[in-house]
Amino acid sequence: MALDDQKPSGFKFVGTSPDRPDGLDKVTGRARFGADAYAPGMLHGAVVRSPHAHARIVRIDTSKAEALEGVKAVVTRADFVDGLQGEFGFVLENVMAGEKALYDGHAVAAVAASSQLIARDAVKLVEVEYEVLPHVTDVDAAMAENAPVLNDSYADASVPAGHHPNVVRYHDSGHGDVDAGFAEADLVIEDSFKTEATHQGYIEPHACLASLGGDGKGELWCTTQGHWIAQKTCAALVGIDTSQLRVTASEIGGGFGGKTTVFIEPVALALSRKANRPVKIVMTRSEVFRATGPTSSTSMDIKIGMKKDGTITAAQGIFRLQGGAFPGAPMEFSAMCAFAPYSLTNVHQVGYDVISNRPKQAAYRAPGAPMASFAVESVIDELCSQLDLDPIDVRLKNASREGTKASYGPKFERIGLVETLEAAKAHPHYSAPLEPGQGRGISCGFWFNHGGETSVSLALSEDGTCQISVGTPDIGGSRASMALMAAEELGIPYENIRVTIADTATLGYNDVSHGSRVTYASGLATIKAAKDAVGKLCKRAAAKWGIPEDAVYWEDGCAKPSGANAGNFDPMPLAKITKSMGRSGGPISGHFEATPEGAGVSFGTHIVDAEVDPETGKTAVVRYTVIQDAGKAIHPSYVEGQFQGGAAQGIGWALNEEYIYGEDGRLQNSIFLDYRVPVASDLPMIDTVIVEVPNPGHPYGVRGVGETGIVPPLAAIANAVSAAAGVRLRHLPMSPPRILRALKDKG
Amino acid sequence: MQYHRPTSFNEAAALANQATGETRFLAGGTDVLVQLRADIVTPDTLIDIKSIPGVGDISQAPDGSWTIGIAVPGAEMREHIQLGKDWPGLVEAMDLIGSTQVQGRATLVGNLCNGSPAADSVPAMVAAGVELSVTGPTGSRRIAAVDVPVAPGRTSLAKGEVVSAVHVPARGKNAGDAYLRFIPRTEMDIAVVGCAINLTLDTDGTVTAARVALGAVAPTVLLVEDAANALIGSSLDEEALNRLAEAASAACNPISDKRGTVEFRTHVAGVLAKRTAKIAYARAQGENT
Repeated sequence: MALDDQKPSGFKFVGTSPDRPDGLDKVTGRARFGADAYAPGMLHGAVVRSPHAHARIVRIDTSKAEALEGVKAVVTRADFVDGLQGEFGFVLENVMAGEKALYDGHAVAAVAASSQLIARDAVKLVEVEYEVLPHVTDVDAAMAENAPVLNDSYADASVPAGHHPNVVRYHDSGHGDVDAGFAEADLVIEDSFKTEATHQGYIEPHACLASLGGDGKGELWCTTQGHWIAQKTCAALVGIDTSQLRVTASEIGGGFGGKTTVFIEPVALALSRKANRPVKIVMTRSEVFRATGPTSSTSMDIKIGMKKDGTITAAQGIFRLQGGAFPGAPMEFSAMCAFAPYSLTNVHQVGYDVISNRPKQAAYRAPGAPMASFAVESVIDELCSQLDLDPIDVRLKNASREGTKASYGPKFERIGLVETLEAAKAHPHYSAPLEPGQGRGISCGFWFNHGGETSVSLALSEDGTCQISVGTPDIGGSRASMALMAAEELGIPYENIRVTIADTATLGYNDVSHGSRVTYASGLATIKAAKDAVGKLCKRAAAKWGIPEDAVYWEDGCAKPSGANAGNFDPMPLAKITKSMGRSGGPISGHFEATPEGAGVSFGTHIVDAEVDPETGKTAVVRYTVIQDAGKAIHPSYVEGQFQGGAAQGIGWALNEEYIYGEDGRLQNSIFLDYRVPVASDLPMIDTVIVEVPNPGHPYGVRGVGETGIVPPLAAIANAVSAAAGVRLRHLPMSPPRILRALKDKG
Repeated sequence: MQYHRPTSFNEAAALANQATGETRFLAGGTDVLVQLRADIVTPDTLIDIKSIPGVGDISQAPDGSWTIGIAVPGAEMREHIQLGKDWPGLVEAMDLIGSTQVQGRATLVGNLCNGSPAADSVPAMVAAGVELSVTGPTGSRRIAAVDVPVAPGRTSLAKGEVVSAVHVPARGKNAGDAYLRFIPRTEMDIAVVGCAINLTLDTDGTVTAARVALGAVAPTVLLVEDAANALIGSSLDEEALNRLAEAASAACNPISDKRGTVEFRTHVAGVLAKRTAKIAYARAQGENT
């Protein structure tokens, strides 16, 4: 996109922080989330799940369940499409097991009954005979020579010969000569790191209401980050045409990447088809933990060489990600993001995607990047410490800038990493004194951001107000951002615009609300759709005035003649044009659709102070500052919310959240009591600094902000904790027992 | 499932005695209802004892001892000024359980009879020397709180027996109690280690009586005599505190689980014992901590 297409500074609406349009509904309970849908004759579904980590399904006897009064349908794998290949095949295998149960919680059958209690009782009556097989849940163990084989056909052609069949994909990238680089270094540090799997921890469990008739026409209501992918996937799994399934996205109580795929939705559709009644399924929290998509757990080796002046001479990383029982662990993102903040002559990264007896991983905010950043930024911190160099100065010295060849290949366009580092150095936090027992850590982080298929429609009403239909579920206040951008273009008040998340029947395919793409891509499409409508408004004014179309321009919500030569007419406000639009050519709307390619990458720098109790190993995060490049903050308050949310989730990941499996391969902590997300009193006020280095690929300069904020926290907190404890922590989460052990080992 | 709402403890005991299958008493319900919803327990008989007269009362006898009704929620204990002055450790232990909403329902007896080794109020009750009245099919008896739990999820109460009152001793002079627990977070969590200490001093600050109770470090709450002996006769000097920590750690018989390792629990029991003793000691000296 040409820069001259960008709006000049001097925004009227963009950059303000009005209340979100959906706010009142959400604080009063009027908003309808996934579980808030009901239909006449509705049944309740419940899922039979494997108690075993790995088992052959010998036999499923559903007769007793079917005989229970009130039970209307029981489905197993036989009720879904046969022979699906690729990702749809994996998704089907995940939502309903075929020959084998591959993890604790894997769905093996489902029932629909006239009440939830009957459905729950019926689940217990489904008899499943299992042949229990050896299992493996740890990433390193799953790669080892004698590890149990989950599926010997999952590995693709990228995997070099000689690896265990559980290694299913391989990535290798970089440039330069790392060995030569290490030879130039004054200090080389090589270290290994592990991170445990975490869950996104969205408060709203998965929930849906499905209706599918024998005619192959269906309706689905569900909580999702992307109803078009749900439509496409569900249609494929139950064997109907995509367009015959209309999907409506409910309000969403958190997703963070975890609601970008389907789990119960195809099951509810299959049950509905069999029972010929609508079927609702709501997951319990335990089901969410056991059978949705947590992150990968990782094992990583990092080697970095540095000169005495702080110049990085070479960097190398091996990233092994366990992503559950199916291919897809985002190891290439780990590899590609790991060293992206740095301008490196010699860099080499390798990734392994490893399957194990755990639930199929799903995206979680910047998938793969936070763990890689933890390992890399820990080693950089150690180098700075041993060479007695300031960690921000070293990062500035090596920082990626416009024109840098990125560690993952392309040349960076205009980016804002240096600006975040300079803001960090200037921030009072960085020079504030520390109390005894406290340590300070910093880290940089990177995320690509994404464009994706996008389609937006906008229609003007007779009274001069505007309705916008977007296809990206609002997971972070995006309705407010869309309304602000449309207000800016149309020149009408923010409050006069209503933004609706349209269903799949209303717009063309919209990619999921992921990749920090919504404010960028749906925002761009909203601006373009508004421009489309503005063109039509100008045309109506031109016709009214009897002057050429190109002699009219749009300013402050009015059509105006472009100069004295065009004629002497009073500005014509939007509401005046729309009032008579039915007689002057018909309804006025705007539309835009594209797959925009200019999502600007985003960097952030975090500063953390942590205090460690040396007697118990307990950590308190006492001060936290997030500095991130937003390109242009459309709604600054919600941008800050994204920054703070990333830091809060990062604190949980760094300190206490983890999937804990027993020797039996069963998940030990499938409730919020023992899966410890931070509570409000665990968090300090998280300070924010919004840096704005405009993205040349967006009319207003927007860069996505949703994901970068979770990339630096793990490393920044680990660096702070390591400084406070006086010992390097290499295994996340840094729970009190792990810290106390490290302190004891240090002696 | 049979649901009953008796109006006397004798009736409750008779109902429980006649019941077959799983029986649960329902007061606050903060464990029973959660277990029911989570499909952990589906009682055949549910006996709601909240309607029995007096179960919501806190009263003090002329000798200074206290009786707390079995349905008194944590929130009411916390708001009872004199009870909090006498037994701040017991009240703070109860107050640590759950959220504000849970505090509106949760009870001491429920916490005790749920049988969790990690129950916060139980070490505090044991350190305070709390006793319970128990009503059974053949009459009533009194039992020390320490003798109620016998294993995780199990109590010494016989079929048909129901706890009918909580008795807290008179506070006495120059005495104080305290409870601390270790959790990885700051609230809304379950004790990885819990420690309650109840001290009585003479006028020059020497400990004359001590009770030290530990939670979450063994199948049931522990009353650690060696730890108490480490304090008796001392003025809580460093040496006494170190002996206390050693005795507390030595008494631990924990498991490694999702909440903590054997090594961690054993070590932290000693750390918490020292910290708890200092607070109890300060309170016994009249400091408002």
